[in-house]
Amino acid sequence: MSTFWIILTACLASSACALVGSFLVLRKQAMLGDAISHAVLPGIAIAFLLTASRNTFPMLIGAGAFGLLTVYLTEKLQLRGRLMNDASMGIVFTTLFAIGVIIITMFASQVDLDQECILYGEIAYVPWDLWIFNGMNMGPRPVWILGFVLMLNLLFIVSCYKELKIYAFDRQLAVSMGIPIMLIHYGLMGSVSFSTIAAFESVGAILVVALIVVPPATAYLLTRRLSHLLMLAVFFGILSSISGYYLAYWTNSSIAGAIAVMTGVYFGLALFFSPVDGILAKKYRRKQNTGKGPYEGPGLELRTKQTINI
Amino acid sequence: MSESAAKVKGAPPVEVHDLTVSYQNKPVLWDVDFELPEGKLIAVVGPNGAGKSTLIKTIMGLIDPVSGHSLIYGRPLEQMRKKIAYVPQRETVDWNFPVSVFDVVLMGRYAHLSLFKRPKKHDKELAMEALEKVGMAEFADRQISQLSGGQQQRVFLARALAQDAEIYFMDEPFAGVDASTEDHILLLLKELRNHGRTVVVVHHDLQTVSGYFDWVMLLNLRLVALGPMETTFTKENLQKAYGGRLNILSQVIELSRKEDFIREPGHE
Repeated sequence: MSTFWIILTACLASSACALVGSFLVLRKQAMLGDAISHAVLPGIAIAFLLTASRNTFPMLIGAGAFGLLTVYLTEKLQLRGRLMNDASMGIVFTTLFAIGVIIITMFASQVDLDQECILYGEIAYVPWDLWIFNGMNMGPRPVWILGFVLMLNLLFIVSCYKELKIYAFDRQLAVSMGIPIMLIHYGLMGSVSFSTIAAFESVGAILVVALIVVPPATAYLLTRRLSHLLMLAVFFGILSSISGYYLAYWTNSSIAGAIAVMTGVYFGLALFFSPVDGILAKKYRRKQNTGKGPYEGPGLELRTKQTINI
Repeated sequence: MSESAAKVKGAPPVEVHDLTVSYQNKPVLWDVDFELPEGKLIAVVGPNGAGKSTLIKTIMGLIDPVSGHSLIYGRPLEQMRKKIAYVPQRETVDWNFPVSVFDVVLMGRYAHLSLFKRPKKHDKELAMEALEKVGMAEFADRQISQLSGGQQQRVFLARALAQDAEIYFMDEPFAGVDASTEDHILLLLKELRNHGRTVVVVHHDLQTVSGYFDWVMLLNLRLVALGPMETTFTKENLQKAYGGRLNILSQVIELSRKEDFIREPGHE
């Protein structure tokens, strides 16, 4: 039974992360997932101190608030401080994370938050982290939290699908049409924060980044349709969860680590064997058109025409 | 999204008042003030960095001006968004994005759909119609990364057509396209104009300005000149707009071109 709960937890976590991660990857902001996953730490610590319990909802709210704060501060720093996006992100999330570490260590005696658990997660203990409701055993608590967050993400993506699509593809057009792009932006960032906090209890703040970035990147290599990309990203998240569990079982190692390794393995396979973008497919195609020259894509024509104009 | 308000009677399609825009304290547009006529093909011309794209983006609400404002048919932009369509420069989007040609054109309809609403059959028909107009119907299911530069531009144009607007702002639609696409785009622009639409185009190629457009706006930080082609596209105005900015080499090229195509009143 405990095997079932662990695998279910991993599958729910990777699905929730893959859905929001897909949009981050498409917006070329994959590392924002990394930033948020670290920067939510003070939010969790504060929520923990205020409520003196590991109650989930205050933690979700605290994490959500600090996730959005990270995004907001990064953008402000970039605009006002004339800094590069990655530099501003690096400043904001490390500072917030460090503040979180200080809070936790300061109140270490009162806080039952284990730093190891936050960094690496402890999915193996999920089956014993039970939710007792009115004296009834409802099953593992993380399963409920992750299930709730996954539903939230699904609801968000299904209801705002066209807005998310235009937001990710052509932000300028969306703004010019009066589509409430900031709402969508912060909605997505909120979802990333929720997914991160819900997932990291199980897989840790570092490995949650693997779940956000790698399965969507794998899917990106395999399809040219947004809807297929979302489904494939979830599929690879789940596949990595299941195979990762058995890899950990077989090598007697960390489950979270094994899951992250498996996401990398599938990415590597896609990189070589993808019929759309794979290295082998490209080599094969190049061989087929040796008569026609190496590359006839859109970029080339553009470049030559522009040089002539100047 | 706001409901589209009615036009103010007699108001020009676009009016801009005392517009100043700057990037990090460096002005890009300085006290620009004009009104555009309805139903004309209008070229916006000026040297690199003259603020042409910035002007369009500011009118579209993508950039906040330091001062001044613009009106669409006498009303603020927010009330008139459905009446205007914007064609950004092709390079502003990622052409590897996982969407099909049809998906991109359908985005033009999003302006008319409120939050949570999905495109209806009617929207899909309009999108397909727009694709037929630009001669890209058979590419509908193609992924956009497989398009050539000219085809990408046609797709962007189809998206704007699907928006079914009254004013079109286009940022360099002729940049880097093949000759047949250029002809095709010009034909479509003229068709829009003949249907009473106002079309404002940022244009780089001085050789074709007088042949393609009805009106011209010469811009270089300030508004240099605006008016019908015959009276406005003169050597004096061009020199005012490009003057100090041309280096010797490009000056030579420009002059050799100008010989052929600029009307020089009282000087032949």
